Amino acid sequence: MAAAPLRPRLLPLLLLAALSLSLSLAAAFQSDELLLLHDDDEFEGAGARPSPPPPAPAATAAAASSRRRSSDAAASVHTESSVVQFSLEHDLGSGFVPAGSFSARLKSSAHGSQTLTKLRFTRNELTRDEKDAFEKLLKEDGFYSIRLPSNVLGPARKDYVVSSIKARCIPHESLDEHIVIHMDGVNILAVNYGSVGGCQYPRPMKVPSKWIFNSYTVLKTAEQAPRTPSFVDQLVEAENGLGDVVKPPEKSFWAKYWMYIIPLGLIVMNAITAAANVSEGQAGEQGQPGAQRAPNAAPRRR
Amino acid sequence: MAPPRHLLLILLAAASLATLAAAVYEDQVGLADWHQKYIGKVKQAVYHSQKSGRRRVVVLTEENVIASLDLRSGDIFWRHVIEKNDPVDQLGLSLAKYAVTLSMGGSTLRAWNLPDGQMIWETNLQVSKSSKPLLHFLSNSKVAKDNLVLVSAGQWIYAVSSIDGVIAWGKEFSLDGLEIKQVLQSPENDILYVVGIAGSSKLNLYQLNAKTGEVVKHIQESFPGALCGETILGSHNVLVALDETRSGLFLIEFKGESINYNKVHISDLVQDLSGRVKLLPLMSNGIIALQASSTVSLLKLKGIDGLEVIQSFEQPAAVSNALTITEKDEGFAVVRHMGSEIEFIVKFTSDVSNEVIREKINIDQHRGNIQKVFLNNYIRTDKSHGFRALLVLEDHSLLLVQQGNVVWSREDGLASIIDVTTSELPVEKDGVSVANVEHNLFEWLKGHMLKLKGTLMLASADELAAIQALRLKNSEKNKMTRDHNGFRKLLILLTKAGKVIALHTGDGRIIWSNLLPSLRASKSGEMPSALRIYQWQVPHHRVMRENPSILVVGRSGTDSAAPGVLSVLDSYSGEELNSLKFDHSVVQIIPLMLKDSSEQRLHLIVDSHYRAHLYPRSPDAINVFLHEIPNTYFYTVDIEKNVIRGHSLQKSCDLSSDDEYCFSTKELWSIVFPSDAERIAITETRKMNEVVHTQAKIIADQDVMYKYLSKNLVFVATVSPKAASEIGSAAPEEAWLVAYLIDAVTGRILHRVTHHGAQGPVHAVVSENWVVYLYFNLRAHRFEMAVIEIYDQSRADNKDVLKLILGKHNLSAPITSYIRSEVMVKSQSYFFTHSVKTMTVTQTAKGITSKQLLIGTIGDQVLALDKRFVDPRRSVNPTQQEKEEGIIPLTDSLPIIPMSYVTHSLQVEALRGIVAIPSKLESTTLVFTYGVDLFYTRLAPSRTYDSLTDEFSYALLLITIVALVAAIIFTWIWSEKKELNDKWR
Repeated sequence: MAAAPLRPRLLPLLLLAALSLSLSLAAAFQSDELLLLHDDDEFEGAGARPSPPPPAPAATAAAASSRRRSSDAAASVHTESSVVQFSLEHDLGSGFVPAGSFSARLKSSAHGSQTLTKLRFTRNELTRDEKDAFEKLLKEDGFYSIRLPSNVLGPARKDYVVSSIKARCIPHESLDEHIVIHMDGVNILAVNYGSVGGCQYPRPMKVPSKWIFNSYTVLKTAEQAPRTPSFVDQLVEAENGLGDVVKPPEKSFWAKYWMYIIPLGLIVMNAITAAANVSEGQAGEQGQPGAQRAPNAAPRRR
Repeated sequence: MAPPRHLLLILLAAASLATLAAAVYEDQVGLADWHQKYIGKVKQAVYHSQKSGRRRVVVLTEENVIASLDLRSGDIFWRHVIEKNDPVDQLGLSLAKYAVTLSMGGSTLRAWNLPDGQMIWETNLQVSKSSKPLLHFLSNSKVAKDNLVLVSAGQWIYAVSSIDGVIAWGKEFSLDGLEIKQVLQSPENDILYVVGIAGSSKLNLYQLNAKTGEVVKHIQESFPGALCGETILGSHNVLVALDETRSGLFLIEFKGESINYNKVHISDLVQDLSGRVKLLPLMSNGIIALQASSTVSLLKLKGIDGLEVIQSFEQPAAVSNALTITEKDEGFAVVRHMGSEIEFIVKFTSDVSNEVIREKINIDQHRGNIQKVFLNNYIRTDKSHGFRALLVLEDHSLLLVQQGNVVWSREDGLASIIDVTTSELPVEKDGVSVANVEHNLFEWLKGHMLKLKGTLMLASADELAAIQALRLKNSEKNKMTRDHNGFRKLLILLTKAGKVIALHTGDGRIIWSNLLPSLRASKSGEMPSALRIYQWQVPHHRVMRENPSILVVGRSGTDSAAPGVLSVLDSYSGEELNSLKFDHSVVQIIPLMLKDSSEQRLHLIVDSHYRAHLYPRSPDAINVFLHEIPNTYFYTVDIEKNVIRGHSLQKSCDLSSDDEYCFSTKELWSIVFPSDAERIAITETRKMNEVVHTQAKIIADQDVMYKYLSKNLVFVATVSPKAASEIGSAAPEEAWLVAYLIDAVTGRILHRVTHHGAQGPVHAVVSENWVVYLYFNLRAHRFEMAVIEIYDQSRADNKDVLKLILGKHNLSAPITSYIRSEVMVKSQSYFFTHSVKTMTVTQTAKGITSKQLLIGTIGDQVLALDKRFVDPRRSVNPTQQEKEEGIIPLTDSLPIIPMSYVTHSLQVEALRGIVAIPSKLESTTLVFTYGVDLFYTRLAPSRTYDSLTDEFSYALLLITIVALVAAIIFTWIWSEKKELNDKWR
């Protein structure tokens, strides 16, 4: 900036230079990103060709990259094929009947594995009979059970994951439910059905004022365990003498030797007072002139 | 003994800061621990030849042990426990120098040196897998120069030199489905006869040159009926084969060129024919033995024309193999039961009607029937033939009988323990001296003389040993009464044979044993299997006078759908108080926390139809139980279907029968593991009787974390299907392990974590609020031990003191699993060096003492690893506060301190299980380890902070006190005098 008033003509030049530099920098940055994207796309394309993911037919690299760029438009194209629906069934004491449905988007990752996202849940409204059955459950302190298919894609395997709760836990103002679905790819491992908030014991009988389900749903997948820490590298480093042994910070003199200084100080003080006393006593015994004693004696008498 | 509480706390703190390894000194070995060696049920036995002059026998057992036993005492000279995946099938002696074993379906041949058991050579043979490989020793002196051992398995036959294990020749018969059944040797020339059955009805006879293995001749003969494959050699050229229906015998004679045969119906010979007919391998001069379910018959062969019954013995009876006594004579033994005694009969094959020996021997009633006899002869002092025999009984024990007496017996059923429980000993009653050891005045005097000698240092080494033995015998620890510290207990063991044995923890001696009638093989050949053993009744205050009792549950067959059997035994005497046969199967046994008025613990037994049955079946029990039905849940693990299910109980069975002790169940929750990605490897829960002392953990920065303490916590580990087999079979990419923490009441998955590149075998321990599990990390090529600690976040608000004072906390609210409490999980993993066989954790009476993991290593030892090493909160540089708390700096692998081996220098061969039992003394836990061997010891994970150690010098304490008192008196007198003097001045 200091150069500006001196050589005003240089300013545009400098600006230009700075701009070009920044542009070139930005360009370099962008190209880096693009390369990455490009790599990814190529990888996906290559991965897709030998084994196309079941819902989406084999996509060329170009199609995939175009999908990337205009994700919204492309997504809407693919949405219909990748939406899965599965129903929730409940048991009010007389067998399982459909009670609601889940819809979710199936997302395929580069490795060919599939996961569910954007889970939505809609509950069917309770019919008159169901309300009666529910009230009966409440009276009996019975179990309210729900179930989901264990595989959202393959209806061939008719396994269900079941979860139950004491019916009396559910009613608050309305019927509050909390559903946790544990997923492993497209398999539902387990569903945990619970009430919102606690469920006290003993459970009081309580009929909800509104026969509407308030549902909260959560999808959960497995956590990855962290790798076991390995100190082998550090050990090798230490052996090679590369990693210097970190010396503890030098303590101050006081911090190091306070335990000697304090007793020493005490002894010294003790000795001084003792010496003072002795000299005082000696002075007293020797019978010094009254001029010295008088001021001492005077306050005592007061 | 117990110091005041604050002192205890200080000592606890001091002990926790002490070194983490606790070991015994060399001279302390054997004071609190004992080790017993066993071999298992003997399936083959060969005696040393008389010429070798050693009175030993080499045995092969069902626990895969080869052992050399002393015939005089039954002691083990040497012993090898072979891995279970290398099953030993055959045993023989060669050259009177080596014991030769054939294992792995005939593919491994080993020779062991007889005097010391060292392996001399091992040869691997290429064979087709065979159900019954054979071992044959060439005895003919003509070919004995190389002393060939013949091994045949499937279509293969090998001749191996017994000197160095070099294969002389090998031959594969190129006939499909051929199974070699017999190898025999012609006495005259170097021709071997090999008899094999192809398909089920084609008999093949090969004549081989014994020196080269060339086929000289091959004859095939088809039979009109199929053979079941059981054949024995009746005489040198007659083969006896059982047909497929086990109702007819083929007598097959081969005379040089041709095969002649004749069929005999067994029913013509033996009248009472029921059950499965078996040929007993009694090889002798034309005598064969036939076993039916009710009789054992001796038959004499008359060429191939027919058979003649010589004698029949009522079952149970056993016949030994023939034993060559002279050139032309062979002897064999028959043992049968005669009431409470057994009869031991020896006969010669040349004159079967005559009995050489008939002796009656008394044996223990609790040993069951004779199953095997191994006969041996010796020269008596008057140069006549004497006989002795090893008997194998139903309870797997081994007895040597000679001259009408049981010379020694080994309780080898203890090598196959299935389950363990404990029982308290009776309370010492006043006025009755239970430890009446010094019964004899002379003995008493002698003992005291010895002790005096020992104190005056005049005793010799032998006498010192005698003093030590006396001290051990008379010591407190072997009394038959309950002690103050709870160290003396009865270990009650259930063995595979269905025998219940009680051992004293003091020295491991057998107090009582009982072979349960309900678990004994029935006449119809059904083999019941023992399952579990539980404490049935542990009397307390009200019914104190009654003896405690135990419950044994088994199945009346090997199949899991077989109806169950139950039996209740008195813990002090072993008497069977009650026995019951169920009309339902036993899949799961659930001991409940409930007790009826006579303090019998309630048990739920779940059958294969998910119906729960309540035991004991008494109105009292059902009254207690009915109140608890709404709060009773259980879970089942279906490994085949990969599903875990939770159930609740409903009021009554859906059966039409009005059985009020039967409850139907309702499936409450299920977790379905996808079979293509996960297989259940292990499920583990907390021990029911575990006691937790503190619910909260105070961490370094004065913060409190509440442990998630639920008895319903279940740990499940699944592995990818490819990683389910052995290590090395799966690549790291296709192997993973998923660990789950599940609440067994609601089925809620509290935590789920995936370890990539990990595979089984998985071992896990659940205790308090933590899980430790061990698996193999394929990427790091090491075993890894991971820990998960789980904390309850919903109770975290209770830290506020003000709330506590105002009573606004939720500490006193009843805990229900339906509260979805937030949990927090901390985890960490560490490398571990050893491969592990089993894992458990120490248990103490109040749960105050810190815990140790007891790890059964691959070397059959038990390693005690402090739980603090597997703490998820370890960090590389712990702060000063954390160090004070006892957190160890983070390392990548767990240290193995040689001193922390509980088994010190001993090995518990073929280790299978470790049981930790709390004693009354809080610091101490009792550890019982079993496999083929047994080992018991006491363990103090944080040192014995609540009692004085054995080495504590009471004399010094006394002297100090006396000296102090004397000093006080002396100074007092002195000061008095001084004062007086001062006053006089």
